[in-house]
Amino acid sequence: MSEETSKLPKDIAAAEGKVNVQINGTWYQFPRGMRIIDACKSVGVHVPTFCYHPKLAIAGSCRMCLVEQGMPPRLAPGQAPSYDAQGYQHIQWMPRPIIACANTVCENMGIKTNSPLAEEVRAGVLEFLLANHPLDCPICDQAGECKLQEFSNDYGKLKGRYTESKTKKGKNLSVGPNINLDQERCVLCGRCIRFMRDIAKDPVLSFSQRGTHNAVTIYPGRELDHPYSMNVVDLCPVGALTSKDFRFKMRVWFLKETKSIDVNCGTGTNITIWSREEQVYRLTPRQNDEVNSCWMPDEHRLNYRFINSPQRIPQPVIRTDINAPHRASTWEPSFSALAEAIKRVPADQIAIIASGRMTNEELYMTRLLAEQIGTKHVDIVSRVKESDGMLISADRNPNTTGAQVILGLENPGSQLEMIRDGVQRGKIKAILCLGEDLTSPEAGFKAQDFENLNYLFVMDHTASDTARAADLVLPGVSFAEKFGTMINVTGRIQRLNKAIEPIGYAKDDWTILQSITKALGSNSPAMNAVSSMDILSLIGQEYAALENINWGRVGDCGLQVLETGVTIPLIEQEKNPQG
Amino acid sequence: MAFKTIKRPKISIGERFYLKALLGGLVITMKHLVLSIIGKSRSKKELGGSGIGVTMQYPEYRWDKHLPEYYRGYPVLVKGEDGRERCVSCQLCEFICPARAITIKPGEVPADSQWNKVEKAPVEFEIDMLRCIYCGMCQEACPEQAIFMSQGYLLTPTDKKAGVHNKAKLYELGGTKQGLVNKWNAYK
Repeated sequence: MSEETSKLPKDIAAAEGKVNVQINGTWYQFPRGMRIIDACKSVGVHVPTFCYHPKLAIAGSCRMCLVEQGMPPRLAPGQAPSYDAQGYQHIQWMPRPIIACANTVCENMGIKTNSPLAEEVRAGVLEFLLANHPLDCPICDQAGECKLQEFSNDYGKLKGRYTESKTKKGKNLSVGPNINLDQERCVLCGRCIRFMRDIAKDPVLSFSQRGTHNAVTIYPGRELDHPYSMNVVDLCPVGALTSKDFRFKMRVWFLKETKSIDVNCGTGTNITIWSREEQVYRLTPRQNDEVNSCWMPDEHRLNYRFINSPQRIPQPVIRTDINAPHRASTWEPSFSALAEAIKRVPADQIAIIASGRMTNEELYMTRLLAEQIGTKHVDIVSRVKESDGMLISADRNPNTTGAQVILGLENPGSQLEMIRDGVQRGKIKAILCLGEDLTSPEAGFKAQDFENLNYLFVMDHTASDTARAADLVLPGVSFAEKFGTMINVTGRIQRLNKAIEPIGYAKDDWTILQSITKALGSNSPAMNAVSSMDILSLIGQEYAALENINWGRVGDCGLQVLETGVTIPLIEQEKNPQG
Repeated sequence: MAFKTIKRPKISIGERFYLKALLGGLVITMKHLVLSIIGKSRSKKELGGSGIGVTMQYPEYRWDKHLPEYYRGYPVLVKGEDGRERCVSCQLCEFICPARAITIKPGEVPADSQWNKVEKAPVEFEIDMLRCIYCGMCQEACPEQAIFMSQGYLLTPTDKKAGVHNKAKLYELGGTKQGLVNKWNAYK
């Protein structure tokens, strides 16, 4: 036997800074210092938990993750350890279970998650948690995504032995503008308390009382009104903290989950869109350690109502005569009417105002349209405000970086002033406004400016003052109704997915732009594209910064394509907690 | 492989040509024929008929008294003895309904209501009776004893809209049910 093969597993593992751990009878190697729960999770062994959360401090309060653990027996003085045929020491199982979240792995450790002891203690913990649980699942919004429901189904005893009356606590308490608290449903895991203390840095929640009366409470005279407070609703494993916005709207088992990104600012927070029958019911954050960790600001979470709002434009709208009222139209005549109108105006008198809220694919089609028309007056409306020091970026456009790359704008928003001036002085006679309201403070146009124009075209999903003044309005779609990609402030390209079908007769924005460009006689390869994925592949062929990009490569968590030097404060804080 | 050789049963000529079963059937038919002719058929006594033939003379005579207890008529919503609408719009019936006949719009119980500790109640509850297949799964799924398959079967909607029972109609058909478990009692 050579020197190599006679080495013990512990030495081989130690050379890589790892340890050998036996989980349910199989040996694995894990980095030294890893939590038992993470180790189990990484090899697909499920350990039920309430209080453990990978982004929060360890509390070890719920006792749900109890597992059976064993170590090699302590040696007598002078006794040499003995190894079995595979080179592992004998494991002596401890009579007392340990919690997997607050203990780390070590050499030759044994873990059992499915032994009779582990199963018994789990059932025991659940019985205690359910002793005072109100069992009002039929009226609880968490039903269907409730850990207590799942675990009592998987590990519980299904029958209560507790015949005494249950402890009464506060129910349906309003603790903040967006949150309701039900103390009876609480399992006292303390995730909300740790989030408010460590992440939100606004410690308004705490435990009060003792024993069976122990309950989560809000500091007297304070409200849970932090701009990130609704994350505690996601964190709560049971229905103790529920969202007022989503309260009794729909049961979660009806909702379809679509992975997408938030379009309210340049961070591009990863989200899940929850929809049913072409109606969006809520948005929740989706874990992405490079973008938003597990969190999301409330303001962005609640900004979804415009998707199914009655203000949406359901079909093309045209004005055939000056001062005539708008009337409904259809797609094909609208495209030809627009192409004719564009041809009547000299190219240098046409301006295209695109939007930093458009996807890369739409911006690419905008560029093709501008090239087909031959105008150089192309810009986006910039929205720079202040960052909140957590997740909300200073740039409130979700895709300014994309606009810089695709449209080649060095300083987005800098031409807008010139265009506005051109309109007022009569040098610009037609505006193609794509997904923006020009009368908004960011764009700075006034209603009387539009009187100087010969032609105003608007493509937008929602009615606005600009759309009301337009000669032709073509209805695009909101972020929940389209596929596409955006590049966030850090230079990460991320995907939007379609959750619902377009409202009414609305069409995907990129197809509208494609049809207009086609009507103007373009024969670019993008005219044959059938999906926004095709456009993305074309972008990958054309731009050096996005070389070989395609839908599959971007993936659910995005792909870092550029180095912009911008960072997301919350993520930096998470990576260097001291700094 | 584990298999067992079994012996085929011996079948006589009579059995092979179904003679016994055919004759047995004929006897029953003849019995009904004779009873009908002399005006003493079962329908006279049990179905309130004329005694000629075994057919019930619907709609003058109806099944109602002859329905078994487990008969599944159209589904209805019921109120408890305390007058509370029992449904809390948990939407389990909507989920289980194989014909997707049920549509519920959940809502909140107003704070000034006597039953505001129940928190949740349906704003609208619709059962499309043109879709309903009377399977009774809604009753089985209901955790609140709120929806029941009634003994009613007389539904003659004159248009599609009338075929959809709304909340008011369902409570009207269901009425009050006695002897249900009161989960939302004083101790809740």
